[in-house]
Amino acid sequence: MAGNENKAASDLSFNEAPTVIEEDFEVAEDVAANESTLPADMPLTRSDTDIKNILIQVKDHKPALQTSSVPILAASGLCKSFGGLRAVDDAKLEVAQGSITGLIGPNGAGKTTFFNLLSNFIQSDRGRVIFDGEPIQHLQPHQIAQMGMVRTFQVARVLSRLSVMENMILGAQKQTGENFWNVWLQPKQVILEEKQQRERAIAILESVGLAHMAGAYAGALSGGQRKLLEMARALMTDPKLILLDEPAAGVNPTLINQICDRIVTWNREGMTFLIIEHNMDVIMSLCDRVWVLAEGRNLADGTPAEIQKNTQVLEAYLG
Amino acid sequence: MVGYLVFLAISTGIAALFSLGLNLQWGYTGLINFGHVAFMTVGAYTTVLLALKGVPLIIAVPLGAGLAALLGLLIGLSTLRLREDYLAIVTIGVSEVIRLIVLNEEWLTRGTFGVQGFPLPLATWSPNLLMRLMMIALLTLIAGLTFWRMWQWFSKQLQQGKREGGFPVGSLILGIASSLLGLAVYVAGVMALYDYTYKAGLMVLLLLVLTVIFWQMERLARSPWGRVLKAIREDEEVAKALGKNVFWYKLQSLMLGGAIAGIAGSFYAWQQTSVYPDDFIPLTTFEAWTIVVLGGAGNNVGTVLGAIIFWAYNTVTRFVLPALLPFDDARLGAFRVMVIGLLLMVLMVARPQGILGKKEELTLGR
Repeated sequence: MAGNENKAASDLSFNEAPTVIEEDFEVAEDVAANESTLPADMPLTRSDTDIKNILIQVKDHKPALQTSSVPILAASGLCKSFGGLRAVDDAKLEVAQGSITGLIGPNGAGKTTFFNLLSNFIQSDRGRVIFDGEPIQHLQPHQIAQMGMVRTFQVARVLSRLSVMENMILGAQKQTGENFWNVWLQPKQVILEEKQQRERAIAILESVGLAHMAGAYAGALSGGQRKLLEMARALMTDPKLILLDEPAAGVNPTLINQICDRIVTWNREGMTFLIIEHNMDVIMSLCDRVWVLAEGRNLADGTPAEIQKNTQVLEAYLG
Repeated sequence: MVGYLVFLAISTGIAALFSLGLNLQWGYTGLINFGHVAFMTVGAYTTVLLALKGVPLIIAVPLGAGLAALLGLLIGLSTLRLREDYLAIVTIGVSEVIRLIVLNEEWLTRGTFGVQGFPLPLATWSPNLLMRLMMIALLTLIAGLTFWRMWQWFSKQLQQGKREGGFPVGSLILGIASSLLGLAVYVAGVMALYDYTYKAGLMVLLLLVLTVIFWQMERLARSPWGRVLKAIREDEEVAKALGKNVFWYKLQSLMLGGAIAGIAGSFYAWQQTSVYPDDFIPLTTFEAWTIVVLGGAGNNVGTVLGAIIFWAYNTVTRFVLPALLPFDDARLGAFRVMVIGLLLMVLMVARPQGILGKKEELTLGR
């Protein structure tokens, strides 16, 4: 029964998705080529009050993506109880290909648990998750990451006693040298790949402004830099979808700008994002679509403008 | 004197080999293995029992190592999903179970009577002058590699000292002491090889195996495979989130470390020329822990250095203490263990990262 439904969903995505997505990519590339000077235009230091304006500015520069109607990630009927507490209760969510989707909710609404259920770091009691046309709720977390859905953590987790560069290269997928025997059997291939990944990592580190820290211990980074490193590392896995858990939490305003700027730029280049965030300015200006959770249930979903006007959402937030 | 220095070299080599296995599991992967001696037991008994049945040693040793790895697989499959402190409890239990099996299954292991008279490598061999000179050359090569590696390390310390405006006195003392010790062992080794004895041959064989395994461990530690292990040590959730099969890598680490301990077990049996269940008490495991902590976890050079210091301490106290203290043998033995415990505590306060560990790693936030 469940298998049939999954199959139907995957058929659907294969029938409709490709043509639309290709158009999106072309649009994104053109714009990126024309406006690649944008980050340089933005001064590095801004006062707190300016953030909103900057974010709006960022958003204005963003081309209106005609996101396809077939979601890259679709979760439905997800449930998870911890003892008597129903942390997530029959919640659903869809992330459109090429979009930046937001997930908001008051503290304790079950957002992070929901993330953990999507990436299977916690097994759900019930429900279905379909990623890229395939059901994934029975897969191990690392298998889901290998499929192209990579997550970050609420409190940035870096590998302290490894260098920033090692943190980055670890993210690369399908490394020959990660197989025990290949270390001896294909040493040349391993060295070659290592060199390629190093170049890739440097390019990504430069884009987040951490290239000068490449040789430092990741544990020596500040909180904000760790968030950036985590995002950069996620990008190293060459994913189809990145789940960001509060990318702006505990980060100073300058770095928030930088983080948002990176998200928008990568999104333009075709990356899809799902973001949990408490900073409403960030959510409202970045996201194409916002889902609201409260007490583990879906409260609302819609465009940022619709959500801002939704009285239920306002009530949930203000108590 | 020559005989004793050869014995010292072999004991140090076995301890180093054994601890390298633990260093892979704990220092690189973060697995708390309190039952490391179990792998040594399996390796030692498998080798000698198969050799008694007429299996050539060149096959018996890999089989012993393989069986030790298999034990690692069994322990891993059943416990690696547990939290790390539970792994510690289970492994120490397994090592005692293995020892008790060896003690009680007399049809296989002859229990408390132990196994003696098994074939030894190179024992009946009487090499001609050319072969002996070749073995001396091999020993010289190994000694040369060691000194070169040590010089590299020392010049790095010197540079770092210059940058920070100080002279690495501690490193200098350590370097000179281990150089002198190394030189003494080398000279003794050459003399022992010239008038060939079984122990001298065993020493060369062990040093050769140790060199190869050390070199391969260094290579693995720098490989992408080793990077995944280190990532698991730091934060396995991150490794999982980046698509690494954490469980499988932990198993591999446990198995490989076990296989190395198994090889160390074979050499242990050959050195003693007999094996008894009582040789494999948990204390052996914790000696390896002392060595790894002493040298600096996650550092293969440190592990070898730790083994050298451990055995140097053993020797010095064995000969020097009786002259200084009016204790009988039993009390002296206990006193020596107390002192090494005290030294370890002093080290942990003064230099918590171990002798070769990196201080800056300790100041990092999680």
